[in-house]
Amino acid sequence: MSAAPAIEVTDLTVAYGEKPVLWDVDLEVAPGVLMAIVGPNGAGKTTLIRSILGMVEPAAGRALVYGRPYAEQRRLVAYVPQRGSVDWDFPTSVLDVVLMGRYGRLGWVRRPGAADRAAAREALEQVGMAALAGRQISQLSGGQQQRVFLARALVQHADLYFMDEPFQGVDATTELAIVELLRTLRSSGKTVVAVHHDLQTVPEYFDQVTLLNVRRIASGPVDEVFTEENLRLTYGGHAAFFGRNGA
Amino acid sequence: MLDLFDDYTLRTVALGSAALGITSGALGTFAVLRRQSLLGDAISHAALPGVAIAFLLTGSKSPLVLVAGAAVAGFLGTLAVMGVVRTTRVKYDAALGIVLSVFFGLGLVLLTFIQRRPDASQAGLDRFLFGQAAGLLRRDLITMAILGGIALAVMLLVWKELKLLAFDPDYGASLGFPMRALDVLLTSLLVVAIVIGLQTVGVVLMAAMVIAPAAAARQWTDRLGLAAALAALFGALAGIVGSVLSAETERLPTGPTIVLSATAIVLVSLLAAGKRGLLWRELRGRRDRRRLRLAAVLADLHALELQHPDAARGHSAAVLSIMSGGALPSLLELERRGEVRRLGEDEWALTDAGRREAER
Repeated sequence: MSAAPAIEVTDLTVAYGEKPVLWDVDLEVAPGVLMAIVGPNGAGKTTLIRSILGMVEPAAGRALVYGRPYAEQRRLVAYVPQRGSVDWDFPTSVLDVVLMGRYGRLGWVRRPGAADRAAAREALEQVGMAALAGRQISQLSGGQQQRVFLARALVQHADLYFMDEPFQGVDATTELAIVELLRTLRSSGKTVVAVHHDLQTVPEYFDQVTLLNVRRIASGPVDEVFTEENLRLTYGGHAAFFGRNGA
Repeated sequence: MLDLFDDYTLRTVALGSAALGITSGALGTFAVLRRQSLLGDAISHAALPGVAIAFLLTGSKSPLVLVAGAAVAGFLGTLAVMGVVRTTRVKYDAALGIVLSVFFGLGLVLLTFIQRRPDASQAGLDRFLFGQAAGLLRRDLITMAILGGIALAVMLLVWKELKLLAFDPDYGASLGFPMRALDVLLTSLLVVAIVIGLQTVGVVLMAAMVIAPAAAARQWTDRLGLAAALAALFGALAGIVGSVLSAETERLPTGPTIVLSATAIVLVSLLAAGKRGLLWRELRGRRDRRRLRLAAVLADLHALELQHPDAARGHSAAVLSIMSGGALPSLLELERRGEVRRLGEDEWALTDAGRREAER
């Protein structure tokens, strides 16, 4: 890609009804960065991702992906929604869900073929789920569900990945597998932006962090902006509770 | 039964009911998976005033005209539901209820008005209430088959997009598919599936033909394609059985008979279907419990044996019953398996095989 930042958000304001969810947010993410978005519930983290992806109409401001609006750059972007957002009792198999990641490049009407299935199996391999390709999705554990979603994003062969709480409710094995995956993605020049809840692991898992609470409190390298002061500004009175251990 | 199908009228009836069952079954699969089962109920009730108005405007009872009227009204009904949800604080289920009753009420008023008119041409519109397969003509059948065929063809064409819509619409939107347009498309297909069944099943019960076959099929399979195919099959089966029964029996209304046939299929599926079936689950539960009881008795005997090193000593069923309750049937079963032997009238000990099993 050119020198354009992976994400460039300027003056983004989003409101549901009269209540602002995001207020005048600026954000710039360089390519090859693992960025966490943290903030309390209702801080607008998911909304920020959804408005970059064009699913939410902003009241003001704009978001660019590699220098252009998202609609022109879909091929470069993969989205991993919260795993709780779908019905896992849906009658389908693991491989079938991962194949959905190919639908975008297939376009209308065309069905996935042998090449798509090969890509899907490869992605399942990458998340350690190859053996479960034929399994009905209702039989998966929470961690396995998350890995299926990650594999579905991987088959898109994107450059920029948006992940909404990828570590939410997963087992320790899956957590390690995801961390390893994030590092693999970074080492091949990919960019990851993830909504994250566990403040303790931010410095370990991510290079950069954006602290968000309707407004952008701070954004930048973890060692510079992930401070007690900024956390207090983000989380209000609860900051001490959430503070970094031994920082 | 064979000469039933030589009967021209009956064959028309059976084929028509099969066509409506296939279409509503397959498309109902998506409605049920998206938790929109009741949307079908709203659409079918909302279609009634459309039938009446189409007749009032054209004076025609041609199936195409009436079905078109039903489709327009059914579609307006769903738009009304969406409109109410979007612009007011009324929730989805309440909006469905309101639209359903308002449209249905209007339909009843218009139907009564039509029936009170002096000319005789109005006869037969009331069959749209509870359905009447006996009146099905060849031209009705052709209309139903063509409309149903188109709806199914469109469904198959955008199958993967509909799957995306049903499973993960947000993700679909991120891929660039217009999810709202797909939603409207699926609803339109559902409207088609419903209106072609109205004449046979009636507006009151048509929703059951959307829900029941799909719910039954879901019991048997974990594949979307198979679920839709099975639902189509069940829908056709219910349609044929119900309509033929009612056509052969005097004063048996078609709609209710078809719906009861579908209900029978649902019941059988709930009870008997593979791993999800209630019957199978009960049997498996019993088997597991029995296996656990056997293992418990075996373990108790083993523990007793370890406490009494003088080996070949027996223990009574009463002692074992104190340890794990109701031991005698388990002891008899274990004896049959050769894992326990009887030393006296009520004296039981492990065999070598039983000891190995207990130590496992």
